[in-house]
Amino acid sequence: MNTSATAANRQFATETLESAVIRFCGDSGDGMQLTGGEFTTTSAVYGNDVATFPDFPAEIRAPAGTLPGVSGFQVNFASTEIYTPGDKVDVLVAMNPAGLKTNIADLKGGGILIVNEDAFNNNNLKKAGYASNPLEDESLKEFRLFKIPISRLCEESLAETGMGAKAIGRAKNMYTLGIVYWLFDRSLEPTIKHLTDLFAKKKNQPELAELNIKALKAGYYMGETAEMFQSRYVVPKAKLAPGKYRQISGNEATALGLIAGARLANKTLTYAGYPITPASDILHFLSAYKNYHVKTLQMEDEIAAICAAIGASFTGDIAITASSGPGIALKGEGIGLAVMTELPVVIVNVQRGGPSTGLPTKTEQADLLQAVYGRNSECPCIVIAARSPGDCFDAAVEAIRLAIKYMTPVMLLTDGYIANGAEPWLLPQVGAMKPIEIKHATEFNGHSDDADGEGNNVYLPYLRNENLARPWAIPGTPKLEHRVGGLEKAENTGNVSYDPRNHQRMVDLRQAKVEKVAQDIPPTEIQGESSGDALIIGWGGTYGAIHAATERLLKRQQKVGTVHLRHINPLPPDLGDIIKRFKHIIVPELNKGQLIRIIRDHFLVDAVGINKVQGKPFLVSELVAEIEGIIAR
Amino acid sequence: MTQIELPKYTAKDFATDQEVRWCPGCGDYAILAAVRKVLPDLNHRKENYVFVSGIGCSSRFPYYMGTYGIHGIHGRAPAVATGVKAANPELDVWLVTGDGDGLSIGGNHLMHMLRRNVNIKVLLFNNRIYGLTKGQYSPTSLEGHRTKSTPMGSIDHPIHPISFALGVEATFVARCTDVNKGGLNILGDVLKAAANHRGSAFVEIYQDCNVFNHQAFFYATEKDTARETTVLLEHGKPLVFGANRDKGVRLNSTRLEVVSLDKVKEDDLLFHDETDPALAFLLSRMSHTQGMPEPVGVFHRIHKPCYEDMLTAQMNKAIEQRGEGNLEKLIHSGSTWTVGE
Repeated sequence: MNTSATAANRQFATETLESAVIRFCGDSGDGMQLTGGEFTTTSAVYGNDVATFPDFPAEIRAPAGTLPGVSGFQVNFASTEIYTPGDKVDVLVAMNPAGLKTNIADLKGGGILIVNEDAFNNNNLKKAGYASNPLEDESLKEFRLFKIPISRLCEESLAETGMGAKAIGRAKNMYTLGIVYWLFDRSLEPTIKHLTDLFAKKKNQPELAELNIKALKAGYYMGETAEMFQSRYVVPKAKLAPGKYRQISGNEATALGLIAGARLANKTLTYAGYPITPASDILHFLSAYKNYHVKTLQMEDEIAAICAAIGASFTGDIAITASSGPGIALKGEGIGLAVMTELPVVIVNVQRGGPSTGLPTKTEQADLLQAVYGRNSECPCIVIAARSPGDCFDAAVEAIRLAIKYMTPVMLLTDGYIANGAEPWLLPQVGAMKPIEIKHATEFNGHSDDADGEGNNVYLPYLRNENLARPWAIPGTPKLEHRVGGLEKAENTGNVSYDPRNHQRMVDLRQAKVEKVAQDIPPTEIQGESSGDALIIGWGGTYGAIHAATERLLKRQQKVGTVHLRHINPLPPDLGDIIKRFKHIIVPELNKGQLIRIIRDHFLVDAVGINKVQGKPFLVSELVAEIEGIIAR
Repeated sequence: MTQIELPKYTAKDFATDQEVRWCPGCGDYAILAAVRKVLPDLNHRKENYVFVSGIGCSSRFPYYMGTYGIHGIHGRAPAVATGVKAANPELDVWLVTGDGDGLSIGGNHLMHMLRRNVNIKVLLFNNRIYGLTKGQYSPTSLEGHRTKSTPMGSIDHPIHPISFALGVEATFVARCTDVNKGGLNILGDVLKAAANHRGSAFVEIYQDCNVFNHQAFFYATEKDTARETTVLLEHGKPLVFGANRDKGVRLNSTRLEVVSLDKVKEDDLLFHDETDPALAFLLSRMSHTQGMPEPVGVFHRIHKPCYEDMLTAQMNKAIEQRGEGNLEKLIHSGSTWTVGE
C-alpha cells in the first residue's frame, strides 16, 4: 500500500482477530456477488482460510428495493482452518433498507453495521416495510452503526470522470468494497487486476475498469480520512497445509475434475446438458475448455441431454450430463437405459430446494433417495457425494473412474451450497494422479454354440470380467457389431430375452456389480473418537458444519466420532462395524431424513436424525446443541 | 476416407441371427429388405454403421441389422443418435422411428435434431396408428379415425410429417411407400439419395400396419390407383402423373391445382425445385382426399453445415488457438498462492 496509507495506520488502533465474517447485501442489481467474490479472492491470496456463502434470489432482477430482491454474499476468513461461512456475522454491509431488514437478525451484538445512508429514503423504507427509518430510531443501538452516504460520496469522487450517472451509480459496490478493504487492511491489487481483466481485456471497456478502480480507491481513502472508524482489524494468515492454492467454487471444481478424469483416460469428454440453476455453471466452464478435448452439447431438454450422453458413451467418449433435482427427475428413464445397456455415464446432480421448482437458488440435500432409488424397477446406480467446493474435483474424477471400471452410470451429488460457495483449494499433483485405463474390445471374446472348431468366433457384449463389467466395443471396430437397448438382455450374448430365469439373473448381476464397488472404498476415516457416545454420520455439503461442530463437541469433552460419507451406494464395507461401537447414531441432513433411512435399512440401527429444510446450510451452533441434546437423552 | 480395401458386402452381411418378429405381412419387412439391399451399394464400412431407434414396432429395426445399434427409449432416438454422431462424426448413423415415436413423444427431439442438421438419416415409418400398444390413434391418424382409444372418432387434427420436417428446417425431406405395385417403387432410390445427402435426411415412408390400420395407404401403393393418387417429384421436371401420364399439377396464384394435359401444355405445369422451401411446403399439403396426387420422392434438398462438423471444428480451433489442454496448467490457472512449510 502507498505511504499515506501507512502513515494513516498509525492513527488507528489495530485489533487482531482469529476470524471474521462479513456479509455484503443489497439489491440483486447492486453487484454484491462480485463484491463478495473480490473480498474472498483478496483474502485467500493474502493467505487466510476462507469459506463463502452466496445467497441470491431466483429472479435475475426482482423489483429494486424489495425484500425478495435482496442478494447477499457472506465470507468467513480466518487465520485458522475453517469449515463453514460462519453462523453469525461480524460485519454487515447493507446497501439498502431491504438488505438491512432481511439480514440484521444474523449480525452479532456489538457487530459492525455499515449502511449506504443515501438508500434509506422514504420510498425504499416503505418497500422494505419499515414504518420509521431504523437509522434514526433506537432499533440498531446494539450494533456499531456506520451511516455512510455511499451513493453521494461515490458520485462526487467520480464526477470528474465525465462518465454517465448509470455507470457511476453502479460503481458504488467498488466504493463500498474499498471501505471494507481499508477496515481489514487488505491490498487493493488483486481487485485492481481483476477489474482490469474483466472490463479492459474481456469486455474491451477500459473506461469502466478505470471508473471502478477509481471508486475502489476512493472508498479506501474515505475509510482512512473520514475519521469514522476507531480501529482497523487484522486477520493474520492461516497456517494451511503447505502447497500451492487457488480459490475455487464447487461447480468449477466439478468441471475441472471431469476434464481431469477424461484426460487421465486420454479420451474426449462429451458433455450434454440443459440450462438449470444451480448446475448451469458446469456447462459454462466446460464450454470454455474445448481445447482440453471437450465437446459441449446444449440439448433441447434434460431427457435429450442424458440420451445424447448415452449415445456418446456407446461411441466411446467420456459422457457426462449434469442437472439439478427437477432435471434429474426428467432423466430418470434415460438413466435406466444406461443401467440396462451398461454404459458408463456420469450424472451430476447439483441439488437445490424442492419439490417441483422449489427454491432454485437455495441449497438442500433432498435428492438422495431419488439418486439411489428414483427410477422404475430394480435400477441400481453407483451414488457418490462431494463434501466441499474443492472436493468436487476429486469426486468428479472418482465418478469417471468408477463408471468406466464397472461400465455403469454413476450419480455424483453436489448441492447449491458447495457449487456456488468457494474455498481455498490445495492444488493436486497431476503427476500423482492415477491414469484411468480403458481397453475397448477389439477381438472376439466367445465361441458360438453352433460353430465348429476352437477359438473365439463371436463377440459377447454381455460377457463379464472379474468386476462384473461387460466389454466396451465401440462403433467403427470391425467384426464386433452388436446391438444394445432397453429390453432385457440375455446373459453374455446381449440378445433380447424374455426368459424368466435370465431376467432374475440379470437383475441380480446388475445389483451385484454396483455392490462390487465396495472393494474400491478406502477404510472410513473417523474424526474424533473411534467409539463412544455418539457417531455422527454425514454426507455431502454439510461436511463443513458437521466437522466444525464435531471439533467443538470434542473440545467440550463429548465422546463423539464423525464419519462423512463419499460413497452412498454402496456404503463403505466397514461402516457397520463402526456403528456398533457407538451408543447413539446421529444423521444430520438438509432433508426430512434420507440417508438415515438407508442406514436404518442396512444396519437395523435406531439412528436419530437432525433435519433442516430452510434452503440454508446448518449452523455449527445448532448442530452442537442438537447433538448434545441427543447424547443427554 | 479411403475405400480401397473395402470388402464387397451383400444384403446378407447386414442381417443378424435374430428372428424378425414383426407381424406377417407388415410393411416393415419390405423396408428392412430395402435397407439391407441398399447399404452394400453405398461403399461404406459395415462397422461404421449405427442404427438407432426409439420404441415401437419400427424401433425393433436395429435388432435385425448386422451393424452397431441402439434400441433406445420412447421418442429419444434423435438425442441418442446426436450423441453418437457428436462423439464420432465418421460414423454412418441411421435413425428408425414411427409416427408415434417420432412425432408424438419424440417430436421435440426430432425437431431439434433436424434443425441442427446432424448428419443422420431418419426413416419415419408412418402407419397412422400405434401398433405395438395394439391400436390407439397416432398423431398422423386422420380426423374421425375410430380406434380403441377413439371409439367415437379422433378429434385431433393430424400432423403432416413432411410439413413438420420442412417447418423445422430439415435440409433433406423425402417421401416414399413401403411397397408399390403401380411401378413407382422408389424406396431404394430415396434411401440412396438420403444416404448421399450430407446433413439430416428425413424420409417419410407410408407403411402398412396390416393388423391395426390395414390398407391406410392402399391408394398410394396398389396397381390400380398408385399412379392416379401419387406424383413423382423430380428436380427440374414438371409434375406429371396418371396411369397414362395425362395429368399434371399447376401453380395457380398461391394454390396448386390438377390439370389435364389435354388442355394445358407441360411447359405450363409446375416444375419441381428441390431448393425452394415454400414450394416444398405447398407440395407437402397435397392430399388425395382433396383430389390431389400425393407427392413421392425428394421434396427438398439444400446444403448447410453439419452440427457434428462444426462441433468438432470448434474443438479443433480451440486446440489450435490455445494449444492442447494441459492438465497441470488447467489446475494452476486463476489466482494462486503458495503456503510455505
